[in-house]
Amino acid sequence: MIDLQGIRKAYRTGNNVLQVLKGIDLHIAKGELVSIMGSSGSGKSTLLNIIGILDNYDSGEYLLDGMSIKGQNETESALLRSKYIGFVFQSFNLITFKNAIENVALPLYYQGVGRTKRNAAALDMLDRVGLKEWAHHMPNEMSGGQKQRVAIARALIAHPKIILADEPTGALDSTTSGEVMELLKHVNRELGLTVVIVTHENDVAAATQRVIRLKDGLIESTNADLAMHPADVR
Amino acid sequence: MFDSEQWREVFDNIAKNKLRAILTGVSVFTGIYMLIILLGAGRGLRNGFEQGFKGNAINAIHIWGGTTSKPYHGLAANRDVELDNEDLEALRRGMDELDKSSGKYRLRRGESLLNYKEKFGNYSIHGIEPEYLHLEDQIMVAGRFINELDMEEGRKVIVLADDSRDKLFDKADPLHNWVQVNGIPFEVVGVYKFESGRGQNDRSSVFLPLSTAQRVFGGERTLNQISFTMHTTTLEGSLRAAQRARSILANRHQFDPADERAIWVENSLENYITFSSVFTGINTFIWIMGIGTIIAGIMGVSNIMLIVVKDRTKEIGVRKALGATPGNVISQVMIEAVVVTAMAGYGGLLLGIATLESIARLLPGGPMFKDPEVSMSIAVQALVLLIITGSLAGLIPARRAARIRPIEALRDE
Repeated sequence: MIDLQGIRKAYRTGNNVLQVLKGIDLHIAKGELVSIMGSSGSGKSTLLNIIGILDNYDSGEYLLDGMSIKGQNETESALLRSKYIGFVFQSFNLITFKNAIENVALPLYYQGVGRTKRNAAALDMLDRVGLKEWAHHMPNEMSGGQKQRVAIARALIAHPKIILADEPTGALDSTTSGEVMELLKHVNRELGLTVVIVTHENDVAAATQRVIRLKDGLIESTNADLAMHPADVR
Repeated sequence: MFDSEQWREVFDNIAKNKLRAILTGVSVFTGIYMLIILLGAGRGLRNGFEQGFKGNAINAIHIWGGTTSKPYHGLAANRDVELDNEDLEALRRGMDELDKSSGKYRLRRGESLLNYKEKFGNYSIHGIEPEYLHLEDQIMVAGRFINELDMEEGRKVIVLADDSRDKLFDKADPLHNWVQVNGIPFEVVGVYKFESGRGQNDRSSVFLPLSTAQRVFGGERTLNQISFTMHTTTLEGSLRAAQRARSILANRHQFDPADERAIWVENSLENYITFSSVFTGINTFIWIMGIGTIIAGIMGVSNIMLIVVKDRTKEIGVRKALGATPGNVISQVMIEAVVVTAMAGYGGLLLGIATLESIARLLPGGPMFKDPEVSMSIAVQALVLLIITGSLAGLIPARRAARIRPIEALRDE
C-alpha cells in the first residue's frame, strides 16, 4: 500500500540546510497496523507529512497503492488525500463551531456529496463509533475520548484506504487511550484499512503489529519483536 | 466553485461566528456611512447655494448709486451719485452686450401702504420695466406682468406677489380688482411667485410700471437700481461689461472710474463663479475625506481578515487535511469576506441615505443647506469599490491560508 524508496527531505532556513530524512526505505502492506516511534527531531512528523501527501520530498520514490506520488499540484494532492487518507490528530481538531454530525460530514462536503446524503452517512458512521446520541452536540460538550471517536468517524467517512493517526492518544488518559486504540484496531481488523500511528507511548506501539523506529532521519528498526525497545522504557 | 453548497457553508460559518462577522462589518459599515453623509452634506451645501443664485439670472449685473470716496476733476469727495432714466438709456446705447434691462424705482419708506377694502399691509413697492421679469425668476401664476403699453400710457396697474395676494384677497381672485397704493387706486393685472429661493428683493414685493411709479409718487426720473443681463456668459465677458458700465456712469456723473464706492456693482456671474470654485474646493475636500474613510475601512477589513486567518489556521489546516483544495480555501475565505463586506456596506449605505432623508425632512431648505442627497451611482460605485478592494485585501490572507501546512498547523506546540 505504502512504498517508500530512498526518501530524502531537507528544510532550508536561510543559509542552514537541515537534512531531516536521510533516505527512508519503508514498505507498509495493505491492512497492516503499524506504529512509528522516535524522539522529537527524528523526522517522524516529516515522514507522516510525506505519507499523507501534505508535503513533498526532495528525492526518492513514493508509491501509494502503486501510484507514484510526485509532481502533483496542490489541488491534485488534495483530491488524492480525500480519496486515500483519513487523518486523526492528537488534539482531535474538530471544528469548534460545527456539531458532531457536521464535523463528520465535512470530508464528504469537499468531495461534492449533497447535504442530505452526507449527513445520513455521518449519522451512520457516528452510530458505528457509538456516538449516535451525541450527533447534534458541539465538540465542547464532549469528553476527550468522545471527541477522538468523532474524529475517527470523520477520518472514516470518505472510505479511505489508509488512516494516519498523529499521536491519537496524546491528549487522553490511559483508559480512554485504550478505548481509542481498540477502535483503531477494530477499524484495521473489520474494515481492512491500513493504519499508521505516530506515537511515543510504548503501550500504544505495543498494541500495533509492527513498530518502525526512526532516529536522526533514518529507520533504525522495523521489527515487531523490538516493540519494547529498552531505549523507550522510561 | 460557487455552488449552493459552498454558499450554505459560507453562511453557516458567518452565522456561527457572528461576533467575528460583526467586527469585520463595523469598519466597512462606518466607512460607507461616513462617506454617504459627507457626500450628502456637500451636496446639500451646494444645493442651498445654487438655489440662492437661482433667484437671479446667473449673468445679471445690478447697479446701485453710492457716494464718491475720491475727489475727481476738481470735484470733492462724498458726493451722492443718484442714478436716473438717462443713465439707463446711456447704458442701453453704449453697451452692445446688454440683453435684458430694467430700471427700478422703490417707493420711499412711509409710502409702502397697500390696502384692499379693510385689509392693509406694508410691502416693498417697486416701479419696474417689462424686461424685469427676466432678471429674477418670478413666474406668473395669474394674469400678466407689466407691459410696454402700461409704461407708455402710465397706467395705474399693479402686479402682486402670491403672498400679498393671499393676505389682501384671502385667496379670492384678485384680477381686475382695485387696490390702493397709499390711497391711490391701482388695478391688479397679475400675480407672480418666485420659482425658488429668495429673489433680489423680499418675496412679497409688488410691482408697478416704472413710469407710473415715478410720476405718481414723486420719483421724477430717479432710479434706485439698474439691472441688466448680458449676452456673454463668460467671467471675462461679464467683468468687461461691468467695467464698461462703470466707465459710462463715471463719465456721466463725473466720478473716478476706479472709485469703488461711487456706485455699487453686483455681478451675479462673478459671485457664482467664485462660489462655484469654493464648492469645487469643498467637493475635493469631501472626496479626500471620503477616500480616507474608505481606506480606513479597507485597512480595518484586511486587518481583521489577517487576524481571522491566524485565528482559523487550525480550522483551515483541518479542512485541508480533510480534502479541501487550495481553491476551496481561498474561495471560502474570500466569499466570506465579500459577503460580510457587502452586507455591512449595504447597511451603511441604507442608514446613510435614511439619515440624509431625515435631515432633509427636518431642516427646511434654507439658502445655506438644502436637500442633502447622494447620487445613487456614486454610492453604488463606492460600495463596489469597497467590496473589490476589501476582497483584494482578503486575498492576501486567503492565499496565506491556502499555504498552511496541515500537520504543522495541527501540531500542539
